[in-house]
Amino acid sequence: MIREKHFAFLDENSKREIRRALLKAVAIPGYQVPFASRELPIARGWGTGGVQITLSLVGKGDTIKVIDQGSDESVNAVSLRSLIQETTGVSSTIHTAQATLIQTRHRIPERPLKEGQILVLQVPLPEPLRNVEPSEYKTKKLHGEADYSGVWLKMFEDIMRYGQVATDADHPVCVNGRYVMAPSPIPRFDNPKMNGSPALMLFGAGREKKIYAVPPYTKVVSLAFDDYLFQRERFAGKKCRLTGLTNVYLDELTDEKTGEVYYQTNDSSYLLEYLNREKEGETE
Amino acid sequence: MKEQEQPVLTLKHFNKFFGPGCPYCREKPENRRNGYCPKCHTVYACQDISLSLYRGEIVGIVGESGSGKSTLMQALYFDNAATGGEYHLEAYQNGKENIFSSSRQQQKWVRNMLLGMVYQNPTMGLKMNFSARSNIAEKMIAAGNRNVHSMVARSDVLLDQVHIPPARRKDSPCNFSGGMQQRVQIAKALANEPPILLLDEVTTGLDLSVQADVLELIQEIQRERQNSVLVVSHDLSVIRMLADRTVVMLNGRIIEEGLTDQILEDPQHPYTQQLVYSLL
Repeated sequence: MIREKHFAFLDENSKREIRRALLKAVAIPGYQVPFASRELPIARGWGTGGVQITLSLVGKGDTIKVIDQGSDESVNAVSLRSLIQETTGVSSTIHTAQATLIQTRHRIPERPLKEGQILVLQVPLPEPLRNVEPSEYKTKKLHGEADYSGVWLKMFEDIMRYGQVATDADHPVCVNGRYVMAPSPIPRFDNPKMNGSPALMLFGAGREKKIYAVPPYTKVVSLAFDDYLFQRERFAGKKCRLTGLTNVYLDELTDEKTGEVYYQTNDSSYLLEYLNREKEGETE
Repeated sequence: MKEQEQPVLTLKHFNKFFGPGCPYCREKPENRRNGYCPKCHTVYACQDISLSLYRGEIVGIVGESGSGKSTLMQALYFDNAATGGEYHLEAYQNGKENIFSSSRQQQKWVRNMLLGMVYQNPTMGLKMNFSARSNIAEKMIAAGNRNVHSMVARSDVLLDQVHIPPARRKDSPCNFSGGMQQRVQIAKALANEPPILLLDEVTTGLDLSVQADVLELIQEIQRERQNSVLVVSHDLSVIRMLADRTVVMLNGRIIEEGLTDQILEDPQHPYTQQLVYSLL
């Protein structure tokens, strides 16, 4: 008996169900659409939401890129990429500009995205109201009534306690003036990249069984009080050790031998592209 | 001829049932035993209650536990959905709209802007792990305020008024005494200057000197702002001290209403007589 594997691992009906959820998500920006969330050869909570979206969208002509916290080479990124490639045979790239489908965990690439590209984000906790209201039944109602005072109250309490809003990643955003959405744990640095982005952004939470989306050119506003404005992470006086870049998200690293603290561009493909371009300039 | 004054709050034929109801109990109220149907086990918590509240007036609601006082208050504050009846507020659409049949968003607006509630149990009215200031700001945030400085200033004014010392305003109510928690609740209820206050057994569970403090505070605030207040209590001395008019409830029905002095000195209904004469 010959048992062929399905293209892109999932069976056609599952992929269709996910695509239907995606269509609904795009139609209602920021609204969390429930979906079935299939079993995968990865544990739930390890990117299964994003992987299912990618698997149900990938076609033979696509070029994929998978990143994990800005890196194309971490174990998670490599494993997910090889799962997608083994089950589809599509080509992959590390260059943001060349990819048609980018799956990412916790970062939006530094290079601005283009029209026609799709960014798939892995989401651990899709519900922005969860830490103020544990009941799903109630949070659904609150979304329906557009009652987001809980999210604001949490931010107000942060200001009372710490003098500033204390979210470091996953800072809530309001999409298209209606739904408040958890942008997955991307740093606040990446929040403004969602506003009016020409690329389609899809969010998948496999464990929580939710899909949501930010369609191209949608207004995305990071929540902030009138007198406590939204702020990105600041790297004042710090620059990338290898490139000298200052307008990118930096990792803080420690040299284990000398104990010296240094900074390096977090987006590994952006870093590599920059270094290669510099080298070409030298040889010419 | 002078036009008759319009009440700020009017409640007409309000009903609240818990359960499906059956022909046996629905059509013949006399079959209900103490607000309870022995056949379908439906509880008739509030039956055909009509009530009005005028500007600057304090109306007391007394009755034993289980008489439907708190259910009535929760329905007025939209914590519970009403089964039937009409609810009008003068400040909302000039009293022409039945708020029970308005949308949930409208009800939330009324709740935030026109009503202030103080619960018997502070855990229901306060977020125990948030600071006292945040608890007061919650109402202002719900009303659309997005300016931190103005909300802090306003909550400090209110906390001053209810005598919470500045040093404790960043603390959470879970670290407060019962009397302080109750005072924070009162400050929260006043956050958006609502014309109507709903007080549900505010002094129950407090010791006598603290009770006196809280009652005095309520009187002071009411005199200053001319709020209309609905006070629920099973404690007749609280009612005697605060209320201009009193309503007596039993088994989900109003059995007697009138001026407080009248009711306390010359009760008509046998239950009210029992209630008044059983004062220790």
